[in-house]
Amino acid sequence: MIGYLARRLGQAALILLGISVVTFVLLYLLPADPVRQIAGRSATAETVENIRRQLGLDLPLWEQYWRYLSNLLSGNLGRSYLQKSEVSELIAARLPASLLLMVGAIACELTIGLTMGVVAAVRRGGWVDNLLMVFSFISVSAPQFVIAILLLYVFAVKLGWFPIGGYGTFAHLVLPSLTLGLLGAGWYARMMRSTMIEVLRQDYIRTAQSKGLRGRIVLFRHAIPNAILPIVAMIGIDIGMFMSGIVVVESVFGWPGIGQLAWQAIQRVDIPIIMGVTLVSACAIVIGNLVADLVAPLIDPRIKLR
Amino acid sequence: MIAEAATLFELRGLVTEVASSSAPRRVVDGLSFTLERGKTLCIAGESGSGKSMTALSLMGLLPQPMARVASGSALYKGRDLFGLAPDAMRLIRGREIGMIFQEPMTSLNPVLTIGRQLFEAITANATLSATEVRARALHLLDQVQIPEAARRLTQYPHELSGGMRQRVMIAIALSQKPDILIADEPTTALDVTVQAQILSLIRLLQQETGTAVIMITHDMGVVAEMADHVLVMKDGRQVETGTAGNIFNAPREAYTKALLAAVPRLGAMAGTSLPRRANQPPNSAREVVAVDNLTVRFDLRGGLLRQVNQRVHAVEGISFRLHAGETLALVGESGCGKSTTGRALLNLVPYTGDISVNGTHIAGLRPDQMKPIRRDIQMIFQDPYASLDPRMRVGELVAEPLKIHRLAKGSELTDRVEYLFRRVGLPAEAASRYPHEFSGGQRQRICIARALSLSPKVIVADESVSALDVTIQAQVLELMQDIQNETGIAYLFISHDMAVVEQISHRVAVMYMGRFVEIGTRAQIFENPQHDYTRKLMAAVPVPDPLRHRRGYVPFGGELPSSVHSVRYEPQPAVYRDVGAGHLVAEPAI
Repeated sequence: MIGYLARRLGQAALILLGISVVTFVLLYLLPADPVRQIAGRSATAETVENIRRQLGLDLPLWEQYWRYLSNLLSGNLGRSYLQKSEVSELIAARLPASLLLMVGAIACELTIGLTMGVVAAVRRGGWVDNLLMVFSFISVSAPQFVIAILLLYVFAVKLGWFPIGGYGTFAHLVLPSLTLGLLGAGWYARMMRSTMIEVLRQDYIRTAQSKGLRGRIVLFRHAIPNAILPIVAMIGIDIGMFMSGIVVVESVFGWPGIGQLAWQAIQRVDIPIIMGVTLVSACAIVIGNLVADLVAPLIDPRIKLR
Repeated sequence: MIAEAATLFELRGLVTEVASSSAPRRVVDGLSFTLERGKTLCIAGESGSGKSMTALSLMGLLPQPMARVASGSALYKGRDLFGLAPDAMRLIRGREIGMIFQEPMTSLNPVLTIGRQLFEAITANATLSATEVRARALHLLDQVQIPEAARRLTQYPHELSGGMRQRVMIAIALSQKPDILIADEPTTALDVTVQAQILSLIRLLQQETGTAVIMITHDMGVVAEMADHVLVMKDGRQVETGTAGNIFNAPREAYTKALLAAVPRLGAMAGTSLPRRANQPPNSAREVVAVDNLTVRFDLRGGLLRQVNQRVHAVEGISFRLHAGETLALVGESGCGKSTTGRALLNLVPYTGDISVNGTHIAGLRPDQMKPIRRDIQMIFQDPYASLDPRMRVGELVAEPLKIHRLAKGSELTDRVEYLFRRVGLPAEAASRYPHEFSGGQRQRICIARALSLSPKVIVADESVSALDVTIQAQVLELMQDIQNETGIAYLFISHDMAVVEQISHRVAVMYMGRFVEIGTRAQIFENPQHDYTRKLMAAVPVPDPLRHRRGYVPFGGELPSSVHSVRYEPQPAVYRDVGAGHLVAEPAI
């Protein structure tokens, strides 16, 4: 177990290193010039060169990267070019909001997706199944900003159940979480439906029925734990999908998370922030996958961590 | 009137239908029987005869929504089970009728402990305290003779062997003291020695509890071991019914006679030295396969650095010769290394030792160097459903080896494929169809045609008739022997079934734990078995004769010893004693 964790954490470090290299090189190759952004349009060539030298952007790529990496290893993510504050502080201020949003989204995904999947599988072929699958198809294929606007229109503007935007109370959390989670819920509904149908055909379900157990017990104790396993592995991957989703969702709902931060930084070519947000997201994905892998043997005793 | 009093259950005119694209198909058609208290009724029939559907109909567990009971009545304690509401039927299941299924490997829930699955069966229709439930569970596990019962409660199904799991299934089925136990092919997936244990266990429990048993099986040997009454089924209908004695000794219907005639009987070939249909002794001057000191070990990795810390000793230093026109049978139970040996002959597993095929040493050959060797040695697998690509026409499948080896093309190729199809008893037009359009026996014929396409010197047949019904099995065995008589091909016939082995082989090697415990001619092994294990295997084979004294209780023989050893483990080489005319016996008993 400890050996397994050590190996996985070692792998995680390598993955993060790789991501930092790729992101850094991509940002370097970007035609937009961050110095121009900082200096403004009216700056003289001399000022521009001064700023460039100050930020170390005149150095060759490998040296810039080496500087960045050595700072990173001592826990320093650098300073924002434009916001005049430490990137780590900016991210730390906004990360809790984003994490909260993700937790809300995962809760939506699981409750909506798994319920839909189980109900559809039990009623397969009937109208309930068809209706649910049409709904899941819509939630998978509709763009998130469309869903966001639709939800805002119906539940905030027309019905007034939830606030239009902002951050602070549980009511604020509902619509952004739904928007972010609906895509995954659609996927989970489809996955859960097909694995449940597969599981309900298994011999051990017939054994459970032959004992004279109630249908509810057969479903919850025997079928669902077996069907849920592939979903657990998916949650780790989902966190990666959320990272792109939150950029849209946070902008629409005015949610003060790292998605907004990233969006602003990309527009202004604020490289230290882009790097920081990318690395934090990568960390989240790596940790999410690791947790998913650690949880799997708790559900299925046949899985051994190697 | 006395017989009336003993009747526990009566089925009248059961019709079960399965929905299909056109009209509903009747899989059980007007079946009736009565079951007496404490007696065993065997429903015997080949695959597709509707015997499992009958059992599921009685349990109310037909696959939904495709199948349904269309008419008929199942009278039990004054009620018609088919007329019961789903909730009332649920109270019948487990409490009145328990059931054991064919596949012990998949019949238990993999994510729940044995204890949990047993407890919930005990408490399904009863309220008991936790200590009472546990006591009852331990008692049940003792009853089905599972050692270390308390520890088993915390184990998961994958930690138990197939035989153990089937014992757990029996414990679950009996947990609510049902009047009727339905056993659907309960020993088909088990090794023959384990089968003997399970069958005798069911008999013993039946005596203790007075449960009536409906045993569903394709194996007439099992029928003879178990049945008071027999019902022979074919295509959903009853062919014949009667006492076990009547069915075996005086069958009236042609189908019953044919079924009984097709059953290979151990000892039926006593006094002969050649296989059933052989017309000439093999050419013992020409060796087509020579194996010396073959050893196959698989590494197991573990620990922090994933180093090799254990090895599975699958095959441990075996040597044999196979001559042209000869059939050598490798016989043994699951895990004994017989299939691994077959695969080593085609260089499909890494091994040490020496193998030569038709005079060429194949150790360490690259895939491209193996290609000419594969013209001489081909393989037929166990599962004819899984070994044919469902997306290719069978003609293409049979032609493929010829194309790969560039042996034929154009009309020559077509002619050759047509010839092969006719040779295995299929019409040449069949070549343009797809695998799913054929029955299991026909598919195995196609596999044989494919293996024959390169005119190999040797065919490795790995459990090639095990999945087939007995009548089909007999036909395929005949076909294989006819081909041998005609072409002088040699077979390495890998099987767990002693009775089949006796029919087809010239020589026999009995394998146990990766080694030969005994090797000799068919007559030497079957008429004069020397090793304990060989004797045990033969004694375990069910004999299709109800008059033969039923074996008393077969005790639990313990689990097979593990073939996983530490890296440093180096086994003692086997020493063989020649008990006469090349009949070798391992010494001392392994």
